[in-house]
Amino acid sequence: MFADYSWPELGAIFAMQGFAGLILFSVFVLMALGLAIIFGQMGVINMAHGEFMILGAYVTYLVSNLFADYMPALFSGYFFLAMFLAFIASGALGLLVEWGLIRHLYKRPLDTLLATWGLSLILQQVYRSVFGAREVGVSIPDWMMGSLPLTDLIEIPINGIFVMILAVGISLAVYIMMFRSNWGKQVRAINQNRVMAGAVGINTEWTDRLTFGIGCGVAGVAGSAFTMIGSTGPTAGQLYIVDTFLVVVFGGAASLLGTIASAFSISQAQSIMEFFLSGSMAKVLTLLVVVGILMVRPQGLFALKLRK
Amino acid sequence: MSDRYILSVEDLTVSFDGFKAVNDLSFYVEPNECRVIIGPNGAGKTTVLDLICGRTKATGGSVKFKGKELLAMREDQIVHAGVGRKFQTPSVYEDLTVFENLELSYPKGHGVFGALMFQRDDPVKTRIQEIAETIFLDDQLDEKAAFLSHGQKQWLEIGMLLIQDPELLMLDEPVAGMSVAERKKTAELLNRIIQDRSVIVIEHDMGFVADIATRVTVLHQGQTLSEGSMERVQNDPKVIEVYLGH
Amino acid sequence: MSLTSFMSRKELIGFLLLAAVIFLVLPAALDSFRLNLFGKYLTYAFVAVGLALCWGAGGILSLGQGVFFGLGGYCMAMFLKLEASTPENTSIQSTPGIPDFMDWNQLTELPSWWQPFYSLPFALLAVVVVPVIFAFIIGFAMFTRRVGGVYFAIITQAFAAILTILIIGQQGYTGGVNGITDLRTLLGWDIRTDEAKTTLYFVNGVLLFAVLLVAQYVRKSKLGRLLIAMRDQEDRVRFSGYNVANFKIFIFCLGAAFAGIGGAMFTLQVGFMSPTLVGIVPSIEMVIFCAVGGRLSILGAVYGALLVNWAKTTFSEAFPELWLLGLGGLFIAVVMFFPNGLAGVWSEKIEPRLLGLIKKSKDSDAATPAGAPAE
Repeated sequence: MFADYSWPELGAIFAMQGFAGLILFSVFVLMALGLAIIFGQMGVINMAHGEFMILGAYVTYLVSNLFADYMPALFSGYFFLAMFLAFIASGALGLLVEWGLIRHLYKRPLDTLLATWGLSLILQQVYRSVFGAREVGVSIPDWMMGSLPLTDLIEIPINGIFVMILAVGISLAVYIMMFRSNWGKQVRAINQNRVMAGAVGINTEWTDRLTFGIGCGVAGVAGSAFTMIGSTGPTAGQLYIVDTFLVVVFGGAASLLGTIASAFSISQAQSIMEFFLSGSMAKVLTLLVVVGILMVRPQGLFALKLRK
Repeated sequence: MSDRYILSVEDLTVSFDGFKAVNDLSFYVEPNECRVIIGPNGAGKTTVLDLICGRTKATGGSVKFKGKELLAMREDQIVHAGVGRKFQTPSVYEDLTVFENLELSYPKGHGVFGALMFQRDDPVKTRIQEIAETIFLDDQLDEKAAFLSHGQKQWLEIGMLLIQDPELLMLDEPVAGMSVAERKKTAELLNRIIQDRSVIVIEHDMGFVADIATRVTVLHQGQTLSEGSMERVQNDPKVIEVYLGH
Repeated sequence: MSLTSFMSRKELIGFLLLAAVIFLVLPAALDSFRLNLFGKYLTYAFVAVGLALCWGAGGILSLGQGVFFGLGGYCMAMFLKLEASTPENTSIQSTPGIPDFMDWNQLTELPSWWQPFYSLPFALLAVVVVPVIFAFIIGFAMFTRRVGGVYFAIITQAFAAILTILIIGQQGYTGGVNGITDLRTLLGWDIRTDEAKTTLYFVNGVLLFAVLLVAQYVRKSKLGRLLIAMRDQEDRVRFSGYNVANFKIFIFCLGAAFAGIGGAMFTLQVGFMSPTLVGIVPSIEMVIFCAVGGRLSILGAVYGALLVNWAKTTFSEAFPELWLLGLGGLFIAVVMFFPNGLAGVWSEKIEPRLLGLIKKSKDSDAATPAGAPAE
């Protein structure tokens, strides 16, 4: 299959596929970060995670329309406000859901899974009623359009670079929150020993709620970032859920670094295979390999061996 | 040499991310011996039992039971070899009745199809009745285990082990959390059932230990600190230092 | 196992009631179109009964039952499709004698793995064996490594996603997103007529009862009690000398076999099989059938499948936009307020009152004061 291409062409193909893989990687990281907080630290399965992302995407859509209609002069910068509002909206919904639903089910993980699936159905219908069943796209500011020519053969799209920068930035922010802030310390303490954490004066109830809220907020930001590279529909969230969970589980549930490493390997494998196989077969093979590895090593790539 | 001991633990080591909870531990248990393991918290007592019965995988060393290497075996195979284990917190099947709890421990029908074909016949019923009397629960056979008191649950779990008739019985703090009356009754029960088999017990209650122990092993930081009769161990200066030094 | 330990009198009454509903009430009350619709609902009941064993009794939640339902259904559909694709029926194709979708996708001969499906005995065997083999591979890999709970749920869900993508992607071999359609006859017997559909409804009912009796036997055997024991105290079971993984593999395979039979009956009654019945969404909906019925009750699972699907048809005809809200609400309500489903409501709320009423009417000679609270 290589014979038809010259060496420079092959090099360019790998570079472009590799870059497509990097964009996919950023997408996976953005999707998985929120889940890594919620599932990794709290052990809660949130099947509505995709819908929290979609909420962020819709908020971005609304903000972009507002700017286009009322503040066209500031349009090039709307995205940063949109991202902030997406965090607030998804985060607030997350707090509400934790209060109304999740906190009653902490001891029943499988039931949490079913209840949040129900929530995802409800949210999908709400989106459909409010925004219509059709997919909506946002208008991207001018500076994000076009691509940078690297060589004659290799071009990279600017919106892709932007999403990558966002992924790096948000990962750093999450890292700092988890490992440098007081909140992060409390979350990890609760994860290790809930009773003891409560006994030393950590408000476990409020920390749980905040953790869930922040995880959902990060999902909202991810959704916001996705509007830069694709359109948004009411059921788009469901498409992400399996990928997202596999990324988190594959990385080892409690490890942020593992999440990023697994997002990287899965996205690169998939995008390179996509060039040689049809898209669906590349996806099937990638998922099968991931699931296969998880069967041999269920604890994921990065996991600590602990005393029971 | 191996004939003399029913259980030979040699150079047993387990490390959790570099922390050696059990470190090069060796000890030997003779047939019909009652060995009590004592030691401060975190000494690795429960981990030793976990290693012997296969609940935790060892990093190195060997555990031979009647000449067979246990470290290479699955938990259920170790049970079939003749090792029974009672956990620290009573673990019984709360949704099942006392009778059903005992029935599941009856040593028959342990394969999938054996369990499908298992018949509740007269020998089974007789044996369960017998055990229930031993553990003071013959009046509660049809009660759900969830409704038993803490002490009764401990007895039930002991009964579940007895019905297996293991050659080596391992008990993790069998009298912990019991009322004085229950404790007395349990001591009586244990004294009766440790006849004719080898037993390893973890226990903190020194009066109780003195009562049942053939030999005592003192663990400290995953290693044997002292071993011998109760008297010898109690007068060992190293033991006194570990216990009183804190 | 003696008769009384196989089924208590109360359970016998429950079985007889369900038999009356399926074999008498529904056929008498419904026209043949609606009866066929209920026949379709009942094929989901096969899956729900399997889930009641796996999830309710054993605590193993599979979000991939659609995989097994689909595999069973596809095995049946492949046989029927080959029978429908005679050279005479397909003479307008560029390659007559192969299924139409293969011809559309430029295949010129039947793939070798389709060949055995010319044989009905092989196809019927495959309906059960193929799902079981898949379940065995998944179960063996996961359970011997002690993967359970949410991890198992996620992995099985991933399988549902993988199989869907695979079927849609390989349309030349599988019929793609449309599935295998235009199925006509079974050994020459036209399955599209009203009479055939009614006959198939009864065949389906009989098979469902066979499956229910097997499930009842398993539940009442020592294996059934072991499942409950494992769900609550897995370690204790292990240290009573059982190889826990084997029992989980067994019950997972049994559930897969049930689902495969259900899938095959779906294909026969509805006349097609497609990836929309395999994926993540149908798989998790099958769990809600079981949960609504009561995850511990095999009879409840049947009622759950009937009710939820009937509601789905009714509501999505009348108020399509409300159905998703309703279904979502149902997931939440059943988990939060009725964890034991309809069976729980029945045994905790309705049955005691009924017994109270019966008792009261019996005692009425003794002039019991009216309105005495039921126990």
